[in-house]
Amino acid sequence: MAKLLLFGRLAEVAGWREREVVLPASLLMLRSQLTLEDPALGEALAGAGVLAAVDQVLTRGDAPLLGVVEVAFLPPLSGG
Amino acid sequence: MIQLSSEPIDPGHLLNGFCAGRATTGAVVSFTGLVRDEGGQAQALELEAYEGFTEMAIIGMAVAAKARFDLIDLMIVHRIGRVEVGQPIVFVATAAAHRRAALEACDHVMDYLKSRAPLWKKSFGPDGARWIEPTAADLADAKRWDQETNP
Repeated sequence: MAKLLLFGRLAEVAGWREREVVLPASLLMLRSQLTLEDPALGEALAGAGVLAAVDQVLTRGDAPLLGVVEVAFLPPLSGG
Repeated sequence: MIQLSSEPIDPGHLLNGFCAGRATTGAVVSFTGLVRDEGGQAQALELEAYEGFTEMAIIGMAVAAKARFDLIDLMIVHRIGRVEVGQPIVFVATAAAHRRAALEACDHVMDYLKSRAPLWKKSFGPDGARWIEPTAADLADAKRWDQETNP
């Protein structure tokens, strides 16, 4: 099992901020699964400036998720 | 010291602690950011961080700033959670041998925090809540440091 985290307005759209999940093979597959389950979340994840962090490292595009323990989706940064 | 605090910040107490016991430091500069009421549109802010990730990003910036400005020391305390209008939201202190480096480093660190720190901020007002993103001015402020080759 891995931890899936949502922050800011993404958590608000989804109605949850943390979940234990069995990760699919890749980040794109994870996005697709989430979109299938919750189209509103899928739309929010596809929005401009939304970043993904795989095991706390920012990741652009696709990435393999084999052995990964934490995936987070981050909305555009607000700054402090 | 880099800290995300869910407790209220006491800037005076932090500054006194930061200044104590220094021999080689000639200049300490501090900045305290307060939550503004935005002409009655904001009553409080709520800040969310990604535990571990947010600290690591801020520490990475702090290490680079320390080297760039030849700082002796650097302190950043940022609030997370709900912060009411008038309350401190961020405290930054820089220590250097001379004032110019300490002043510029403090300015630089704040520009980073306002535009690039992994924090998510929601504003609560009489008309409800909304998520805030960096303003064009915040982004332009941060960009100044990319263009300048000599701090």
